[in-house]
Amino acid sequence: MDLTGFPILSVIIFLPLAAGLLILVMPATKTGWVNGLATTVGAVDLVLALLLYFSYDQVAAGYQFIEKMPWVPQLGISYHVGVDGFSLPMVILGALVVLCGALVSWNVDDRPREFFAFLMFLGTSILGVFASLDLFQLFFFFEIAVFPKYLMIVLWGYPKTRNYGGMKLTIYLFVGSMMALFGVLVIYFKSGLNTFDLLALDQVSFAPELQRWLFPFVFLGFAILGGIFPFHSWAPDGHVAAPTAVSMMLAGVEMKVGAFAALRAGIMLLPEGAQYWQTAILILATINVVYGALIALVQTDFKYVIGFSSVSHMGLVLIGMATLTKQGLLGAGMQMFSHGIMTALFFAIVGMVYDRAHTRELSALGGLGRKMPWAAFGFIVAGLVSMGMPGFSGFTAEFPIFVGAWQVAPWVAIIGILGVIVTAGYILLVIRRVFFGELPPALEKVSDVSRKDKFVIALLSSLMVALGIFPALLSDLISTGVAYILALVGAG
Amino acid sequence: METNITLMLNAILPEIALALTAALVLAIDLIFHHKKLPHRLLGTLSAAGVMVSFIRVLITANGAEPQLIWGGMLRIDPTSTLFSCIFLAAALLTILLAMENERFGNKAEFYILLLVSTLGLCLMAGAADMILLYLAMETATLPLFILAGFMNLEKKAVEAGLKYLLFGAGTSAVMLYGFSLLYGFSGQTHIAGLGAALADAGNLPFVVGVLMVVVGFGFKIAAVPFHFWSPDVYEGAPAIVAGFLSTASKAAGFAVLLRFMSAFLPVQTATWTTIAMVLAALSMTAGNLLALTQKNFKRMLAYSSIAQAGYILVGVASGGQLGASAVIYYLVVYLFANVAAFAVAGVVARATGSEEISALQGLDKRNRGLALVLLVSLLSLAGIPPFGGFVAKLLVFNAAVQGNLAWLAALGVANAVVGLFYYLTVLRVAYTHPEGEVEKLKLPAFVTVVLVICVIGIIVTGVLIAPLLGWTNLAAGALHP
Amino acid sequence: MMTWVLAHLITLILFSPLVVGLVLWFIPVRQVKAIRWVTLAGTLIPFFLALAAWARFDSASPAFQFIEQVPWYISLNASYHVGVDGISLTMVLLTTLLMPLAILTSFNITEKTRTYMQLFLLLETAMLGVFVALDLLLFFVFWEVGLVPMYFLIAAWGGKNRNYASLKFILFTMGGSLGLLLATQMMGMLTGSFDLSVVTEKWLALEGGTLFGLPLKTITFWAFVIAFAVKVPVWPFHTWLPDAHTEAPTAGSMILAGVLLKLGAYGFIRLVLPLFPAESQAFAPWLAALSVAAIVMGALGAWGQSDFKRLVAYSSINHMGFVVLAVAAAGAAAGTPDAHIAMNGAVLQMVAHGLSSAGMFFLVGAIYERTHTRDLNELGGLYAQLPVYGSVLTFIAMASLGLPGLAGFMAEFQIVRGTWPVFMGATAIALVGLFFTGAYILKALKLTLHGPLPERWKKLTDLNVRELVVVSPLMALSLWIGLWPAGIMSLFNLTVAALF
Repeated sequence: MDLTGFPILSVIIFLPLAAGLLILVMPATKTGWVNGLATTVGAVDLVLALLLYFSYDQVAAGYQFIEKMPWVPQLGISYHVGVDGFSLPMVILGALVVLCGALVSWNVDDRPREFFAFLMFLGTSILGVFASLDLFQLFFFFEIAVFPKYLMIVLWGYPKTRNYGGMKLTIYLFVGSMMALFGVLVIYFKSGLNTFDLLALDQVSFAPELQRWLFPFVFLGFAILGGIFPFHSWAPDGHVAAPTAVSMMLAGVEMKVGAFAALRAGIMLLPEGAQYWQTAILILATINVVYGALIALVQTDFKYVIGFSSVSHMGLVLIGMATLTKQGLLGAGMQMFSHGIMTALFFAIVGMVYDRAHTRELSALGGLGRKMPWAAFGFIVAGLVSMGMPGFSGFTAEFPIFVGAWQVAPWVAIIGILGVIVTAGYILLVIRRVFFGELPPALEKVSDVSRKDKFVIALLSSLMVALGIFPALLSDLISTGVAYILALVGAG
Repeated sequence: METNITLMLNAILPEIALALTAALVLAIDLIFHHKKLPHRLLGTLSAAGVMVSFIRVLITANGAEPQLIWGGMLRIDPTSTLFSCIFLAAALLTILLAMENERFGNKAEFYILLLVSTLGLCLMAGAADMILLYLAMETATLPLFILAGFMNLEKKAVEAGLKYLLFGAGTSAVMLYGFSLLYGFSGQTHIAGLGAALADAGNLPFVVGVLMVVVGFGFKIAAVPFHFWSPDVYEGAPAIVAGFLSTASKAAGFAVLLRFMSAFLPVQTATWTTIAMVLAALSMTAGNLLALTQKNFKRMLAYSSIAQAGYILVGVASGGQLGASAVIYYLVVYLFANVAAFAVAGVVARATGSEEISALQGLDKRNRGLALVLLVSLLSLAGIPPFGGFVAKLLVFNAAVQGNLAWLAALGVANAVVGLFYYLTVLRVAYTHPEGEVEKLKLPAFVTVVLVICVIGIIVTGVLIAPLLGWTNLAAGALHP
Repeated sequence: MMTWVLAHLITLILFSPLVVGLVLWFIPVRQVKAIRWVTLAGTLIPFFLALAAWARFDSASPAFQFIEQVPWYISLNASYHVGVDGISLTMVLLTTLLMPLAILTSFNITEKTRTYMQLFLLLETAMLGVFVALDLLLFFVFWEVGLVPMYFLIAAWGGKNRNYASLKFILFTMGGSLGLLLATQMMGMLTGSFDLSVVTEKWLALEGGTLFGLPLKTITFWAFVIAFAVKVPVWPFHTWLPDAHTEAPTAGSMILAGVLLKLGAYGFIRLVLPLFPAESQAFAPWLAALSVAAIVMGALGAWGQSDFKRLVAYSSINHMGFVVLAVAAAGAAAGTPDAHIAMNGAVLQMVAHGLSSAGMFFLVGAIYERTHTRDLNELGGLYAQLPVYGSVLTFIAMASLGLPGLAGFMAEFQIVRGTWPVFMGATAIALVGLFFTGAYILKALKLTLHGPLPERWKKLTDLNVRELVVVSPLMALSLWIGLWPAGIMSLFNLTVAALF
């Protein structure tokens, strides 16, 4: 299909923004319109993203669907978007989670217009980052997410902890982005090219000494959003305090935005810096994997288990990236997608359970498999993905990461694999705790999930199974993007 | 140097317009003193005058060479033009807001003072001679003393006005002494020639002179440690006046600072740079930290303004064209954001009778639009895209990095984090719904207009960056004679 | 059409259970009878297809046949590569035979029948997948996937202690497999592919290499061994088995003991011995020692049980120990006729034990259904009340014991014959273990069938038609193999000879 000339990426990116503004001015009583518009936008974006997927030329590879327009010529900033094999799956993921997030939020009755508008802004921010080929623009979209995140958590989140969780998350992430901003400015200055264009900056060889001290600023700054240890504690508190759709977006996609930006602006622009700091990052990321899993094991709050499991799984993404190998990067790309869907489903189901049981304490839950079979099924599927069980997308993602780790630092693989078994432990325990066993009397009247919820569960579950059985659906695409990254890094 | 009288008069037409408008307002008020004037007549007149001035400035904006007129006293160049635009815009917005205010909406004194002050500010921006500069500064500041204490029935207001006066007078005296020192050692009052003339005058007198001058400027821009007056003054003054003070008056101070800095030779610039650096670091840090503890919204905005001045000073310290351009861009953005913020503060204070931050609670329920305006303005101040404040901060920090002041940029970003904290806290309060019912808030028409203009300004400067940046680059380029 | 079927025979066998499982989703949950019969029919399909494969199998060729290869995870050089040789086809036959019987046994499951049946079908595909995989990654995928249905089968339809047992089962086995996973990743990385033939060739050619100071191949060897040792199970990795087998529903235990344990043994045969000939030889004595421990401890453990099902569980450890002993011998004495005979015995033992253990667990389940107790001390004198049951139990027990004329004897004889020259001492001790095997079997029989009949068992019913249909094939095959072993051995004899 010939898409030349039609600015499809811009449409994908800005459609949510336009919808959000429109939603703000809708009449207060027409909640149905608000719900409908948000969901439709999510669906349209997903369809367009899939259109990109099918139109992408894997043989030619490289960045495609490029649009470029001067923005601030005096500073060498342009509006420059495009996707390659690595970012296209992320765009699909973003649209998918926006859609699912909108679907599970139809029951928000407190100021739904603001809620959905902020959700839409968040969507634009995410999609913008993934498609950005200009460093300023990337940062621009990255930062736009700050205020929707904060407001959505403190206004619609879990009342007891939302102020703390929201502020902690926002400040932590802002610190990270400010660090990154500093690094970005230094890159801009030192490149001598007076441009923010990523493609041009990719080709610049910065002095090794510069790269060594600059890399932590840029990489860590963005990786904080990815949940790197020890700067991860915002994630469990923030995600748990957030309303369901926001948790889905935050853990499902926002954390990937962080890792993605760390890759784009950190590793790809400062490859020698990445090599120099490789061991340190691997250590931190491995701690993520194991520590996150161990902490999840001892949680008593259903949502916190999932929160910490996200920290653990993002560690795998960071390991994959840090190995700077073909398989590692492939695995990182697959894991970003797989974990995105998985954790979105996890949080969606946690939300469904909480809406009905009004508690998240594991000790107060039980036997819900009988009352909410769809939720149980979805949670089990997501759980199996989380454990890295073959047949599901988690395995096809984790396996290459470990192969990459083997090439660079075998101990990472050996220690990291412990995370797998601990994950299996806490996942199975939680499944049993929540969905099997005795049904407490307080939960007798719990109803099953709605049709929209079932749709979300079915959609996300089938994607995870499909990717597990046919990894080639994404792996070939991602590999083309990986090749470009490796060329920059200088490895083979 | 231009000597043709007609042409010189032509060049200061905007200032003349302002003066005439002020005279007209004064006349009408005196003549019709005991009669009931049509509501908003005075305000409309003043606004019209400012508009005329504004249009005139814009027409000549793309004028040719910078020119010195009136015997080298005044310099008309893109810099002065752009700054004049800032002042006039601020004045216009303030007048529009004032018109809706019952307490001083039809008080001629208000408009006269404001117009005269604006006149002084415009002259400040164009001043090329120390004497005119001093005159302009006094012309600008004296009316502001009175405006600050305008609500003379309230204790806080009187205190504010008096404090402002004392502080202003004191710093003004020191500054004048500094001017005299500089004159003494250089033998001339022309600012642009100071650099060359002082080259062989030895360091100490120069430094002392500069320091004293900086006292005056520092007072104007409310930089630490010359800031002590501003929280009390902002708190006591009417919100609208505080808005004008924090934007236009501050901008003028920066204009002068930039002019002075560019006048000196590179060798001497080091002194200026150090001073600016120190002021910047102190202002950012102290301003932000002190803002954290504030319970009064206007006071918090005052400290926030001090911090913002600190960020702008980073641009000043960075020097060069990049720095100057960043400073001016920041001032434009800051104008919109602060005017809006103070306007909201004023509206809420009048509706609830309290200026505390807690009074903002439920703003979202009272008036959704107002809450959104607050959101946009505070986020711009915090430096979050897609609002102008982000671009402004970026430009300033970029200038710092390029000017080998990377550590200052690092301090700046750290401060931005602190800033975000209290801006977000205020927003959260505004959007939190209180127990029980709250009254809806209706906004008068002109207030809405002003707020809309500000929001549009914030967003445009945040997204359509190139046009304004082109203009500020031009202005920055023109700074160097 | 026929050619297409023949060309994709393995895939059809492999995935037909899964497809039937998906079809079940279209049957409403309440139609329990329909679900049962559709599942039964569904499991008969792969059985008949497997028989067809046997018919078309060229026993004179030791190579893999019915090969299919399709690129799968291209970025990793892993493909969907399946095929069977004599050994794997035997295992496939065993699996596809036991599954229908297990389904038939499960006709008495009334709760959540559809999910139950779907899990079993998924399990069948997973197990078959392990046996037919010719790609390391694919092998691992099926290896792990099999854990999930078994976990849920135990956790949801199991006995009193099912929570503990199921969790222990899956965590233990997954834990054991971690080494396998790591080793697979590493081998794939080093050899550049996951295809078994490529890996074997390149890996054998690989010299030296160390990992943390230890020889690379040794570590990989032990990683593989541990994973399979947990599954078989070999002492001391066996502690998950008694709980899992005891708490699983009857059909679950049948398949656990009948097939799942064989996956571990198969791993030894298919992967450990061919990929690590040097290490297998070097560490064979260790392996032999562990297997003997399994034999003796298993027997002693069974002897000490008062829970009938747990006794049978320990007997599995006991019997599978012989298989591992044979593997150890084959490793130590590769290429010799001894190795050949021992491995023949091992494969035969896998079949024989599959039949007998499935039968034993079935019968234990049958008696539990009637008496609701598995305590040997509670049972007794049942021969009088249930003569058919008694005869059948005796028959199967004899098969388990290794009575000549039944399959177990031929298997154990060959194993002992093969290992005696290689590990004389170990074999001697193993024979002592055999003695205890006899002891516990007879003890079980005595306590169950003989003696006075307690009052409360006087109303029990004997085996019904369904139950007889389940157990008859097991008995018949056991007898057939016992009297004419060449019938089944012709299938894998040449393959074994070529491999060992």
